[in-house]
Amino acid sequence: MKKHTMAILLSLLLALALLAGCGGSGSTTATPAPGTNNQTPATQAPVNTGRRATNEIAIGVAQDFDSLDPHHMTAAGTKEVLFNVYEGLVKPTADGRIVPAVASEVSASEDGLTYTLKLRAGVKFHDGSAVTMDDVVYSLNRRMSGEDAAAYLKALDIISEVTTEGDTLTLTLSEPSGEFLAYLMNVYVIPAANADPEGKPIGTGPYKVASRAAQDSLVLERFADYWGEGGKLDKVTFKILENAESLVLGLQSGALDLVSHMTSDQTTQLSAQSFRIEQGSMNLVQALYLNNARAPFDDVRVRQALCYATNKQGMIDLAFDGFGIPLGTSMFPSFGKYYDESLTDYYEYDPARARELLAEAGYPDGIDVTITVPSNYTPHVNTAQVLAEQYKAANIRATIQPVEWNTWLRDVYNGRDFQATITGLTSDNMTARKLLERFGSTIDNNFCNYSNPEYDEILAKAVSAIDDAEQTAYYRQLERILTETAANVYLQDMADLVAVRSGLKGLEFYPLYVLDVSTLEWE
Amino acid sequence: MKNKRMNGYLLAGLILTGLLVALMLLGKFWTPYSPTEMNGAAKLQPPSWAHLFGTDNFGRDIFSRVMRGGGTTLTIAVLTIAIGAVLGTLIGAATGYFGGAVDDALMRLNDALTAFPSILLALLIISLVGPGKTYNVVIALGIVFIPSFARVMRTQFASQRNVNYITSARLMGAGSLRIMILHMLPNTLRTLLPALTIGFNNAVLAEASMSFLGIGVTPPDASLGYMLSEAQGMLVKAPWYAISTGAMIALLVFGVGLIGEGLQKLEREVD
Repeated sequence: MKKHTMAILLSLLLALALLAGCGGSGSTTATPAPGTNNQTPATQAPVNTGRRATNEIAIGVAQDFDSLDPHHMTAAGTKEVLFNVYEGLVKPTADGRIVPAVASEVSASEDGLTYTLKLRAGVKFHDGSAVTMDDVVYSLNRRMSGEDAAAYLKALDIISEVTTEGDTLTLTLSEPSGEFLAYLMNVYVIPAANADPEGKPIGTGPYKVASRAAQDSLVLERFADYWGEGGKLDKVTFKILENAESLVLGLQSGALDLVSHMTSDQTTQLSAQSFRIEQGSMNLVQALYLNNARAPFDDVRVRQALCYATNKQGMIDLAFDGFGIPLGTSMFPSFGKYYDESLTDYYEYDPARARELLAEAGYPDGIDVTITVPSNYTPHVNTAQVLAEQYKAANIRATIQPVEWNTWLRDVYNGRDFQATITGLTSDNMTARKLLERFGSTIDNNFCNYSNPEYDEILAKAVSAIDDAEQTAYYRQLERILTETAANVYLQDMADLVAVRSGLKGLEFYPLYVLDVSTLEWE
Repeated sequence: MKNKRMNGYLLAGLILTGLLVALMLLGKFWTPYSPTEMNGAAKLQPPSWAHLFGTDNFGRDIFSRVMRGGGTTLTIAVLTIAIGAVLGTLIGAATGYFGGAVDDALMRLNDALTAFPSILLALLIISLVGPGKTYNVVIALGIVFIPSFARVMRTQFASQRNVNYITSARLMGAGSLRIMILHMLPNTLRTLLPALTIGFNNAVLAEASMSFLGIGVTPPDASLGYMLSEAQGMLVKAPWYAISTGAMIALLVFGVGLIGEGLQKLEREVD
């Protein structure tokens, strides 16, 4: 009996301590000296981490690297970092162009069926050996033969013949493709002599791998013999911290200098003296994707009603603290010429109009919608919560069904068994085609079941167009059709917030998911 | 149980639990603010007279959400215990009374189920019945709670199997069902009642863990566990969210724990 009394007393004490702890924290935050608005003394003055003196930086990343072999890596987070280590014959630039890299000249024939590439003279691998045509052919074969299943890149199937002559490589295609160079970007050149590309990573990029500790860190060093301008920092350490809070603490304590993909909540915890927040975009189209084949969304009026019921800016303000670029169609601003900004406000927020359209479509009492969201993506879940609340005004009753990522892929994306879902679609190479082609009625990954003969017709013209201006015009036409027929409720291109320590400059945002460290330098 | 004198534990437990349950039941019909209404102008506000427990990252009133979410948690816990206790008692009674091969088979199955961590088992069941709906959480947790009740009740029934009044009843020609319900069940109540309170607490915590892990109640519905998982991401920025929600769970469990303790004390006094 005594024991029980004791236990109860102890738990009471614990509860009291909890409440006292609450009161305590409240009073300490209220006491900082006047004139400072920082809560942690350690971050009040810019921290001198000592890394500036040795010309190095530390970057925090949220996940370990799945493979250091450039042909085997699949995780976006790995590609993002190893972009600094490996290069293909061509590579992307921050402004969205594809430029020669290991090749010095690239030319295509009139009919788009033959590509001639000239090997750049003097390109060296990280181990000091020169890049030869054998290495290039080896790398190309590794990606197209299928012998190494993990390295196989299906998009290269259109190469029908590879011939070499001296330092000239000729690739013959079985069909013309405006996007061929974008795929060639992924044929990273590695030495044929290296038997262990995973354990001994060797590339031609501006940085070489100095050391790696699994689950802990990856250290890159400046490659002195790089053919181009090369990196400015001597050493870059990527620290793996899987817990988001640790990344913030790492920045505050001075252990890290740069962290990408932060939430606005996290960035507000950093002091403005020590850090600068740079805003890029994630380069994705976040939308409420609708199953166009299933009632009630097979009716264009219902889809339009949903568009009118959506307050995009309001959602971005509530769930993303205002960070994010509202979109009106399946294209984002980084794509420059393809992006049609006028479509963003095609549907002004107007719940009354939404109710009218629903009534017209035969739903005077409104509709019920189930929004399936991948539960591991908090931004999408939050978006769903805000939309569900907004839709009440338009008589649209939304239920949210969070599902695990693999279930989402199986049922929603591949199975097309859903009513509405929120996700972000990207283009993993630098072409607009991927974002628009998926709405063609016969396309495999048209998971929205969008079907529109007019769209298919223009899409076919756009894909086969060789003239760039003509192709761009077609693509923009497609975007307009998607908006006018309210294929989906397009929301935003989510913001990519990067915390950068004061004094560090040169961060560039790419229209791809990469972090280029070669342009970074201390002031 | 001739001496039904109230004791301090029971009284304190009943008052605390009563207050909380009243608050949560009220939440089903009325809350100071709408628990789902968002307000961009009032995001992450610390506790004040306008918002007793502060507001969350969407500017929703946490007190209103605790009232509504607590109700969800309460419903789940009560239904879970109902399933667990009823089915557990049936299985326990059958195995305890009859013994033999049925007993062996069911109890080994029981052992196998107990060998799984309960959350893992609930996860398995959720993946079978599908996630996201309150009743699925109830089904999953209900099944998880059957083994512990079955074990407790089996012991109770088995221990009475060969006592004199049961043998007499049997000799008088009473059927098995009649013996189990009229002669044995009332004698198990003194064990069953505290077991119910402990089970209730475990159910509250299990619901909280499941929703915390994202396999329980789904947004925009709230439950205490789900709110706690939301609060985790804002631990530094909005500590009041985690504290108020966590305290609510702690107090509920504490109150019902007191009742259980009081009931046991009552039993010991009677003995």
